[in-house]
Amino acid sequence: MRWLFVGIIVAATAAGEVLQAAGMRRHGEVRDFRPGAIGRTMAALARNRFVIAAVAAMAVAFFANLGLLSVADLSFAVPATAITCVLETVLAKYVLKERVNWLRWVGASLVICGVALVSL
Amino acid sequence: MTHEAARLRLKTRLFAPVVVLSGVLGNYFMKLGMPGTLAFPLDYITVLFRPYVALGVLLLILWLLTRMALLSWADLSYVVPVTSVGYALTALAGQVFLHEAISLKHWTGIGLIVAGVSLVSGGTEARTFPAHAEETRR
Repeated sequence: MRWLFVGIIVAATAAGEVLQAAGMRRHGEVRDFRPGAIGRTMAALARNRFVIAAVAAMAVAFFANLGLLSVADLSFAVPATAITCVLETVLAKYVLKERVNWLRWVGASLVICGVALVSL
Repeated sequence: MTHEAARLRLKTRLFAPVVVLSGVLGNYFMKLGMPGTLAFPLDYITVLFRPYVALGVLLLILWLLTRMALLSWADLSYVVPVTSVGYALTALAGQVFLHEAISLKHWTGIGLIVAGVSLVSGGTEARTFPAHAEETRR
């Protein structure tokens, strides 16, 4: 059961974060953090289709995370879902067209190995 | 490093710890307030009103908003490894505060994560897409 939750979390989080990154890139850099400006930013994001889809995907991941936390240890639940790092780095290169240089690949690979050790 | 790259790096270094800590604490409090197995669909809603779970949810909302802000100027392939230190910290929180033992294997894993994060955050620019992209893509 817990690996079913992990699968749902990984798929929904990877989709959500790629959509989030695409939506925020379209919105542009957030520069003003005064309350009024944050309100305007939130209003603009509420009309951003990528962000809406991202929040829906993150909501699926959130409820799956609730389910996972109810049946698994915290020290298993969170590291086990870190496989999203791999998916997201690949999606960042091929979907978002980011320049993922060798340093990023090495860094991401070290993170993945580390997460595997922590979660196993 | 250009002035723009330095400005983004400073901004990223201010936001990344907030993203990491809100994620770690959010998950920790959710676990702390979790009653046990959620057997029925309605349990997924009622559990949100338990104090620790509600605090965890608030922290995860902060996590989501700060991460979105971070993604507005930094690459996903930069943000993912840099904030991945949260996975290790969450495992540590579970082990320290929920009284689980920390093995040598765990410490090795945490060391690898920190090394990976250092490589990405210290050796690459936060943003590889051009700043004017947001204007042309509207």
